[in-house]
Amino acid sequence: MNDLKKDQSRAPIAEAMETHAYKRTVAFDVPGHKQGKGNPMLRDFLGDKCLRYDVNSRKDLDNLCHPSGVILEAEELAAEAFHAGHAFFMLNGTTSAVQTMVLSVARANEKIILPRNVHRSVIYALILTGAIPVYVNPDVHPKYGIPLGMKLSNVEKAILENPDAKAIFVNNPTYYGICSNLKGIVDLAHKHGMQVCVDEAHGTHFYFKSGLPISAMDAGADMAAVSMHKTGGSLTQSSILLIKDKKRLGEIRQFINLTQTTSGSYLLLSSLDITRKFLALQGEQVFEQVLRLTKYAREEISSIEGYYAFDEDMVNHDSVFALDPTKLTIHTRGIGLAGTEIYDILRDEYDIQVELGDLGNILAIIGIGDSKAQIERLISALQDIKDSYETDDKSMIPFDYINPVVKVSPQTAYYSKMSPVLITEALNKISGESIMVYPPGIPIIAPGEEITQVAIDYILYAKEVGSFLTGIEDTNIEYINVLEV
Amino acid sequence: MEYWFTEEHSDNVRFSIRTNKQLASVETEIQRVDVFDTPEFGKILVMDGNVTMTEKDEFIYHDMIVHVPMAVNPNIKRVLVIGAGDGGTIRELCRYPMIESIDMVEIDEAVVDICKEHFKTTSYALNDPRVKIYFEDGLRFVRSNKKVYDLVLVDSTDPIGPSEGLFSREFYGNCFNALKDDGILVNQHESPYYDFNVKAIQKSIKRLREKFPIVKMYQAHIPTFSSGYWLFGFASKKYDPVKDLNEEAFNRLGLKTKYYNTDLHKGSFALPNYVKELLDYDIK
Repeated sequence: MNDLKKDQSRAPIAEAMETHAYKRTVAFDVPGHKQGKGNPMLRDFLGDKCLRYDVNSRKDLDNLCHPSGVILEAEELAAEAFHAGHAFFMLNGTTSAVQTMVLSVARANEKIILPRNVHRSVIYALILTGAIPVYVNPDVHPKYGIPLGMKLSNVEKAILENPDAKAIFVNNPTYYGICSNLKGIVDLAHKHGMQVCVDEAHGTHFYFKSGLPISAMDAGADMAAVSMHKTGGSLTQSSILLIKDKKRLGEIRQFINLTQTTSGSYLLLSSLDITRKFLALQGEQVFEQVLRLTKYAREEISSIEGYYAFDEDMVNHDSVFALDPTKLTIHTRGIGLAGTEIYDILRDEYDIQVELGDLGNILAIIGIGDSKAQIERLISALQDIKDSYETDDKSMIPFDYINPVVKVSPQTAYYSKMSPVLITEALNKISGESIMVYPPGIPIIAPGEEITQVAIDYILYAKEVGSFLTGIEDTNIEYINVLEV
Repeated sequence: MEYWFTEEHSDNVRFSIRTNKQLASVETEIQRVDVFDTPEFGKILVMDGNVTMTEKDEFIYHDMIVHVPMAVNPNIKRVLVIGAGDGGTIRELCRYPMIESIDMVEIDEAVVDICKEHFKTTSYALNDPRVKIYFEDGLRFVRSNKKVYDLVLVDSTDPIGPSEGLFSREFYGNCFNALKDDGILVNQHESPYYDFNVKAIQKSIKRLREKFPIVKMYQAHIPTFSSGYWLFGFASKKYDPVKDLNEEAFNRLGLKTKYYNTDLHKGSFALPNYVKELLDYDIK
């Protein structure tokens, strides 16, 4: 699908590691296990080859902090494969890629527009940089109780109310595979001189298979964080940060080096390199197979009365602008069980592990390593669970979006002195903690925000109807830590 | 020149059979299937490197998977067989005139083609008019049927590989629903001898017991299978395989069998102590 000029069958880092291994250089440098010889227990556990390849940065293997050799070459190959100006190999997870994006777009007291349900890594980045969040209400699905994408009209409202904001942060696709109108958001943001950063942790495959929702780089976003290890197949913790404009390479590298390790693991680096090669050469076929499996699973599961597998009919061209068809999300309230219950039953009784369960749904990640036989097991287990455990309680807890009132930056809140007060007596105080409500997994209140009457009422209501509240120190949800003034 | 086929029964044990020649080698969508002609066991069928059937000793396995449940409930009319591409199990079932229909679900069509060509002494039965063959995953087939079968026979390969799903709780649960109120399920259950199999057998029986009120294991001596000693599982909603054995009805049929008889039926449920221990350990 790409117009590729480079030789994507190369894997410069992996090739250099192989050549290096042949040289049998006498190693008087780190790592101390010296190709595994010094730690036979670990070598036996992880395998001889794994430890032989766990090497240190050397001249022929380049240096992660200032790449100029094989790492740079591998990053450039990845950039081409991802249609980006440059691709940075990130070894501290997508969390570090997200942090780099936030650190690079907004300094202390500058505004950044983001959906209310951003990943905690974004909030942590705000604490580091001192930027001010401007939240946008992610729509919540009334029946399935999950957060959706940002409506274009809501983004526009936030932009017009905050013309001084520096950037817009988008979750695309969400954990559940929901996509916003990314192209629309990018065009709107650029028109108002704002950058667009995309948390594309769950969207690696968008770059390698035609017919899937648009990727961040193709939509013209300025930066995107992709978790190669999630749907791509590289080793856990390896990730890629993409930038559209190659001229910013040096500037962004400096932000990366603020927090990234100086002892980059070559196991992780080579896994990114080889995975990029694999996906560039075979991504179209392997994801075609994934699509066949998920389509089959969706049809079979939805045909069992009481289950619904998220499908195209959810698309509303706004808050659900598109749906990632490789995600298998199954609404389970129709058989009278919470997704969390089914998640547990599948694991304990059927030896089947799914990615997550929330109150209304379970999410199964179907990927490049799955086979038809395994899909059959999941479908059959869901059938048997219905036959064995179905109940009549098919209700769903409703959710209302609470507009946050940001008083101080998350950084100021984080470093402030705090003391606990009864939630019922916390009116007009500034919260030092966040309270999250499930469903749908959206904060009612976050650090630095004023505790309004609406928020207090909602917390009490959510407790009463049995929503799952989390995030604050007091697990009974009676006291909340507020800022001392 | 000597040619030997070798199967690894464990990391440290190999079992070798001298071969005259290789008759077939097919890489199907599901597995690799080989056929050898051997001086000791006649033609042998090998799947993913494991001996699945030999002409010489197949009668033991097929007698024991079929006649044990048939002698307990002589009124069995509708049978579902999962696997059984070689036709041996079907051949034994077809000897019962009261059986009205046999649905056979084999995931790998290529296996049936290979057996029809090379194993005529078992596969001829696949042409019986009562037999209907479905080429699909057994797990999928059984899901859509409720209370229709008197007997389900699981004649599968090992739990590691394409048959993995046939040793799971979801499969047993859906089988339970596919069986009538007096239904019986019999499945092949591996050798309990080598340690690496023990955990899998224990887990599988635990899953079976969660679904069926009556679960008993029985044994047979099968020379070409790992350790030469094999277990079968008998699970039922109603019948006890020994107390409810209907010797008279079975013997009245006058079936000539080479391995099975009703005395052996009773004895086959008497297990060695080490097997009893591993079956009872952490599973009741």
